Amino acid sequence: MSLRIIVVLAVLTGVTGSPGVMIRPEADPADMTAHPNSVPETVEDSEIYRQEVPVEEEAEEDVMATGELKPNHYQAQRAAKVVQHYLNTHYGSPFRLFGLHKVNSGNAEDVADSGRKYQLEISVQEIISNTTENCSAEVLFPRGEQQRSPKVQASCEELLKINSTAQEEALFQKYKTNQRLLSAQNLPDSYGHIEPDSEPLWHLGIVASSFVMLNESSENTLYNMAQVANITQLATENELLKFDCHILLHEMVSQEIVHWKLLFTWSPPEGVKVLQMEQLPHCQHHEKPPNTN
Amino acid sequence: MTTIIKTNNPVEHDYYKYHPMPEISNWMAQVAKDHPDVVTKVEYGQTYEKRTISLLKIGLNTGENKKAIWMDCGIHAREWIAPAFCQYFVRQILQAYKTDPKMQEMLKNMDFYVTPVLNMDGYVYSWKDNTVSTRLWRKNRSPGPSGCNCTGVDLNRNFDANWGTVGVSFDCCSNVYCGSQPTSEPEAQAVTYFVGTRKEDFLCFLTIHSYSQLLLIPYGNPNFTAPNYNELMEVGLGAADAIRRVHGMNYTVGTSPDVLYANAGSSRDWARTQGIPFTYTFELRDKGIFGFELPEDQIKPTCEEAYSGALHIITYAHDKTFSGAVATAAVTLWTMLAIFLVLMCVL
Repeated sequence: MSLRIIVVLAVLTGVTGSPGVMIRPEADPADMTAHPNSVPETVEDSEIYRQEVPVEEEAEEDVMATGELKPNHYQAQRAAKVVQHYLNTHYGSPFRLFGLHKVNSGNAEDVADSGRKYQLEISVQEIISNTTENCSAEVLFPRGEQQRSPKVQASCEELLKINSTAQEEALFQKYKTNQRLLSAQNLPDSYGHIEPDSEPLWHLGIVASSFVMLNESSENTLYNMAQVANITQLATENELLKFDCHILLHEMVSQEIVHWKLLFTWSPPEGVKVLQMEQLPHCQHHEKPPNTN
Repeated sequence: MTTIIKTNNPVEHDYYKYHPMPEISNWMAQVAKDHPDVVTKVEYGQTYEKRTISLLKIGLNTGENKKAIWMDCGIHAREWIAPAFCQYFVRQILQAYKTDPKMQEMLKNMDFYVTPVLNMDGYVYSWKDNTVSTRLWRKNRSPGPSGCNCTGVDLNRNFDANWGTVGVSFDCCSNVYCGSQPTSEPEAQAVTYFVGTRKEDFLCFLTIHSYSQLLLIPYGNPNFTAPNYNELMEVGLGAADAIRRVHGMNYTVGTSPDVLYANAGSSRDWARTQGIPFTYTFELRDKGIFGFELPEDQIKPTCEEAYSGALHIITYAHDKTFSGAVATAAVTLWTMLAIFLVLMCVL
């Protein structure tokens, strides 16, 4: 009996010798390396940096990704954003606006002498009705000395069934028969606010800027419209409405705000058509601090 | 004409509106005054235009050296939703502290250091008028080097972490101009000094930005991987799940080079190189429709979801550090008992 107890006690002492190491090695203070809170996973990990990690999957993710793309990674996301701009130029209106919702899958391949082609399965949201549908799309970013616009093909049948014709006609008539020409500034304003009456003008501004964003996009850019600085209705003698606008685009990779001036027309049957577009220089002198407070 | 005097009483402070710098400063003073047992306002630096950079230190004063959580908002002036979140976060933890035992435990074990607006000069500038050249300002307001016509350094490219290597510009007019050298900017110096001299204390370093709905983990330079990358991803994905449960919004988790773009010199990367284990950049709403000009009616839902995400990370870091000893002891005891019983039967 006493032998039993001695054996048991001996074993228990051995067990309790270093409980931290046995059960929760990460919590053992003796194991801390450069920082008391750091969590080394292996001996190698105790370096703050680990250079040139040769993980198999990383080999695919080199400078220009080819083959299957990770849907959440920037390559597929940038290409999908281009599809959004394309859809807005072709089908956008004051009552129909598209936003990229999600990339479900993507594939990229080099097309000899042409450029780089992305095949994407994405879900797209029609923002005003808040409906989301799946789309298939192809984006070709051309190779070449000149920066040329990407070419897009997209198939989004369900989304395009959204009928906004009645609202568009009503708005069109209202604008056509207005006594005064419309004008609005700062859409949205500093607080993200847009007057309800100005919302259709904001939407038109987004559609018009999508032409620029589509034209200017590459694999190294991600464009969103930041603001309609100014949009003014111009008189016309034909069946179209005509607008002049100054828009601000936000380019994510460079983080720059780019100014463009656009002249465009709109009618429900024709949609938005851009007549002229011109990039405006960034006002350097606005950036200098004032001499007096 | 009557003048309305705002008291910035935290009860009256509207957390769902954007506030100019003076109102935020008043609010900070008021919060510290109203919660003297847990909140202290700490001044820790100066901006280029000589504004005092302050944070709120929130935690129970135990007289001991405590572990810490860092949160900064407003490194980039135009990202107004970020300072709004910092204010909300402070209000939320102080409210939870009254009734939630978990928050009470965390405020006992840790101090929260929250800087509502780090780039104060830039933020003030973004409120200057209603023109886009001011509202969409990003950088700080230090003058360019001689011969340069432009103002400002991108503070999130100025920290000493692979400085100047990728995703930056040396053109002083660029919005990602990284400065003349690492930590050249007083705002970056303030953080570097304050956190750097206490780096062993910090469990978490969270830096809040907008927009894109992302949770970014180190490093911004694709040639480097954080030693705890797997854990950072796992905890980040847990935070994204917590965010989704609030209002259904998707936040993508990953390194900057993977999900956004490569960049060097960020505060997050610097914090990770100091050894702080859980460092994240939050990019809040939205995904581009409103961008930097997020409508005020989205402040509440954005803050609610971001709080959930931040709390997930903070709670994980806390529990890993503080519950570990208790769990270890409990497991040991049970193991001992099991072995004892087995041996009694066998022998």
